[in-house]
Amino acid sequence: MTERQRTALAIAGGLLLLVLSIAAASVVGAAGLSPADVLRTVAAHAGLPVAPLSPLDDGIVWELRLPRVLLAVLVGGGLSVCGAVLQALTRNPLADPYLLGISSGASTGAVAVLVLGLGAGAVALSAGAFGGGVLAFCCVLAMIGRAFGSTIRVVLAGVVVSQLFSALTSITVIWAADAQSTRGVTFWLLGSLASASWASVALCAVVATAGILVCWPASPALDAFAFGREVAASLGITPARTELVLFTVTALATAVLVAASGAIGFVGLIVPHAVRALTGGRHHVLLPACALYGGVFLLAADTVARTAFAPREIPVGVLTALIGVPAFALVIRRRKEAPA
Amino acid sequence: MSFHAHDVTWTAQGRPIVDGITVDITPGGLTGLLGPNGSGKSTFLRLLAGLLRPQGGAVLLDGHDLGRLPRRDVARRLAVVAQEVSTDVELTVLDVVLLGRVPHRRRLATAAGEEDLTRARRALRRCGLAGLEHRRWSTLSGGERQRVNIARALAQEPSELLLDEPTNHLDIAHQLSLLDLLAATPVTVVTALHDLNLASQYCDRLLLLHEGRLIAAGPPGLVLTEETVERVYGVRAEITTSAAGRPSLRFLSSALTRH
Repeated sequence: MTERQRTALAIAGGLLLLVLSIAAASVVGAAGLSPADVLRTVAAHAGLPVAPLSPLDDGIVWELRLPRVLLAVLVGGGLSVCGAVLQALTRNPLADPYLLGISSGASTGAVAVLVLGLGAGAVALSAGAFGGGVLAFCCVLAMIGRAFGSTIRVVLAGVVVSQLFSALTSITVIWAADAQSTRGVTFWLLGSLASASWASVALCAVVATAGILVCWPASPALDAFAFGREVAASLGITPARTELVLFTVTALATAVLVAASGAIGFVGLIVPHAVRALTGGRHHVLLPACALYGGVFLLAADTVARTAFAPREIPVGVLTALIGVPAFALVIRRRKEAPA
Repeated sequence: MSFHAHDVTWTAQGRPIVDGITVDITPGGLTGLLGPNGSGKSTFLRLLAGLLRPQGGAVLLDGHDLGRLPRRDVARRLAVVAQEVSTDVELTVLDVVLLGRVPHRRRLATAAGEEDLTRARRALRRCGLAGLEHRRWSTLSGGERQRVNIARALAQEPSELLLDEPTNHLDIAHQLSLLDLLAATPVTVVTALHDLNLASQYCDRLLLLHEGRLIAAGPPGLVLTEETVERVYGVRAEITTSAAGRPSLRFLSSALTRH
């Protein structure tokens, strides 16, 4: 099998898997709906001449399940692409939006907007999340300078900044919120897709698409970063400009995704590593594959999270952490720390 | 085609590393950059490559200040092989060599085309790596990595090629075949070297650096004299001239061990 065939297979397989997962996840759940019911609902909302379901079932499919399924795909795909881009730029296999503190900062920003009553719409939340995410990332940068390659420094800075921002989040929540909203915010902070709505799906779709459209043409530059900034520069890349554009885009995308779903950890870490084993390290294949398989992964995780302990559901962020921590350990063990 | 350094200066923490070097690089020739550890060879190469901006003076490529040319245009002409490069990313040998095609690709082309593959494979063959195309970078020996980096630079199809001690990690057979390759290409090559005899044997012209200054420049017979070698390296050497008119050095003693 040639390289090209393997690539085509990986992408086509990812697409097929994504379609099948969406179909399966839309059906799984307490209401006992069939794939035909789901299709009928979609058709009815698309204005096709089919008999709609009962208002209750229609509501379950159209207002609850479909937005949640699509949001899982967008958030999973988006976080995975961000993780892959951050790993390339920092040349650090442990980089991901969550570990770098961006997710934690974004949570603080979104909670501040929510709790302090600065606005409640998806856009206001995302703006707050972006502010917080960028602030957190700047804190990490201030701590590590340009020592991106040093795993230890990056991870330590990320952990410390995450702690700082979750402390700020806790203060904000305790200071301003009542018991009811505290519970809601806490659930969301752990990473949950339960509050999915068409508005958040639309916003995430726009941001995820825009993110891919910026990052994918930068694939050769990301490849060139493999041997460091100086080699990238000698290949005609302007490292500082590439870093500025791509760090900003990933921070923005992460912030919008976190505003919609809370800080779901480890997706951006595990998925790129798993996909690399399948497609190799070249980013023009890796990035689209991450978008597909990241979507599949988070959708599967969320479906398990909402059904495994039904009628109770666990935040999907808890589940990704359960899967992610062993994967993290594996990456750490496999990484041979370069002699200083 | 001209490549020229004019009064180039680089200072780090108040200490001059490269101190006012002016030199014309011979087009199409093989220029050896010599000097003891810490004499400024690597920094001077970086300045020539445009990876560092000179704090004084300028590097001129066809009369244009290198620092003002767009990076991509520079990368289409000038390739660099740094001394130690490594990566944790799992790339195949072909992936690495294809990086050399990045500056030649159309801006929005994210994947390498057939043309790029052909040129990358040609570069691999020239470096004796034809069978290694699908090997992973992490499984290569130091010498193989060095040759892959050189193949990557050749795939860039530069008119100027700068190398920082490319014979490091290579056994003598591979050192000779690399220098044969560099001497045979029509490309203008500047390479830092440690081995004075190899430099004398292969290079058209030598530049001898000492404490950031250019001490001597010219054909090997003029640069490698008993007097300059003792002055720069602190080593006494007996120099004979080979049949080809190139100096050959036999080292007698080092001032570093002589008290």
